[in-house]
Amino acid sequence: MSKAKDVLLDPIFNKNPIGLQILGICSALAVTSKLETVLVMCLAVTFVLAGSNVSVSLIRRQVPDSIRIIVEITIIATLVIIVDQFLKAYAFGVSKQLSVFVGLIITNCIVLGRAEAFAMKNSPGMSLLDGIGNGLGYSIVLLLVGFFRELFGAGKLLGFTILPSINDGGWYLPNGLMLLPPSAFFIIGLLIWALRSWKTEQVEEEN
Amino acid sequence: MSRDSTKKVLSVALLLCLVCSVLVSSAAVLLSERQERNKIEEKRKNILQAAGLYKQGEPIADLYAQIAPRIVDLQSGWFSDRFDPVTFDSRAAAKDPTLNQEIPAPLDLADIKRRSLYKEVYLVLESGQLQQLILPVHGKGLWSTMYGFISLADDLTTVRGFSFYEHGETPGLGGEIDNPNWKNQWQGKRIYGENGELRIEVAKGTVDKNDPNAVYKADGLAGSTLTARGVDNLLKYWLGEDGYQPFLERLQQQGLEP
Repeated sequence: MSKAKDVLLDPIFNKNPIGLQILGICSALAVTSKLETVLVMCLAVTFVLAGSNVSVSLIRRQVPDSIRIIVEITIIATLVIIVDQFLKAYAFGVSKQLSVFVGLIITNCIVLGRAEAFAMKNSPGMSLLDGIGNGLGYSIVLLLVGFFRELFGAGKLLGFTILPSINDGGWYLPNGLMLLPPSAFFIIGLLIWALRSWKTEQVEEEN
Repeated sequence: MSRDSTKKVLSVALLLCLVCSVLVSSAAVLLSERQERNKIEEKRKNILQAAGLYKQGEPIADLYAQIAPRIVDLQSGWFSDRFDPVTFDSRAAAKDPTLNQEIPAPLDLADIKRRSLYKEVYLVLESGQLQQLILPVHGKGLWSTMYGFISLADDLTTVRGFSFYEHGETPGLGGEIDNPNWKNQWQGKRIYGENGELRIEVAKGTVDKNDPNAVYKADGLAGSTLTARGVDNLLKYWLGEDGYQPFLERLQQQGLEP
């Protein structure tokens, strides 16, 4: 049982896909200027991760080695298109804001990485947990980045005003840099610094 | 059968493709009706917002009932019945070689290269009388093509509303074209001067309230000169002689019934 727990919870802090493996950075920069889009993106990625891990794991003994990666990508792409279609039907506003970035989940290295590194070698149950765990690890970083960017970039959280901005007659001068993608780099950098100061075993050895 | 034989490879690939394509196509087919409805609602909402008629919480279909879409032929400068105004899409038409025209570079203020020969316009009617006329406009900003609607009052020169529904300008800078404060300042601005000449412009910086020409000038956007210039350009193109001006003049003279 403790193995299952490790598989599920390790990716959150101990083996965070963004924090330790520095994967999936592109979407972390692109969609984090607002918490609302972050939430939808996290759900979408977690769903795709869990779904692709389970599907890949189910057919792992049947898949010929030579077309392994193609099979994985096809499964991932299918799931992503289905998610995209659902968002367009049921969360039209958010899907418009996420635009191409839903489709780009296909190329999110975390998804293929987990399918290849974990699901090809483990049972469907474990793969499901691993997918959800990595989804959570991805989500927690994105939520933190989105929290800081929306709060300091627009003075809002989930669209509610926290710091009334000067443009709307308040006192807060929004930090425009926070709304631009480079700010996510800074925040992720600081998060990784904080994470590695707390868990020093994640610090890479110097050459 | 070994896992890496050609037969196995082909059968796994074929089976996977079949399963995946069934899943993808059924999702697309089952959800398409809802998606289409969303797109139409979104467009209607944008039109209502430009006209200042949108009210949060009220069904869009009810609010939209007072709006009548029509097609305008930009070359003749008058209404056309060639297409169904409900389904006509001038953005798709702008890409269709039979329905578009190239804009000669010196005239292409909005930097859009090609335009549809026909545009859909929206009349806000009250017992048959024109209250507002909503015109679609678009043009290049700093990064992106900005798509919006401008709504004119029944004198066809006073702005009632102006807003963009799609653009990719920098959030916080050029993206401030979505800021309600900036959008609201357009209300009451005048597009044409006493003699019908095009006068509207986006100023650099804030417009001096004591300026006698302030009614023709809108505030620029701090920190986004190029986006503001794009807005200025697209207004000058679409409301000028190559855009809607001939149509507006004829509508002014003849009224709705020719």
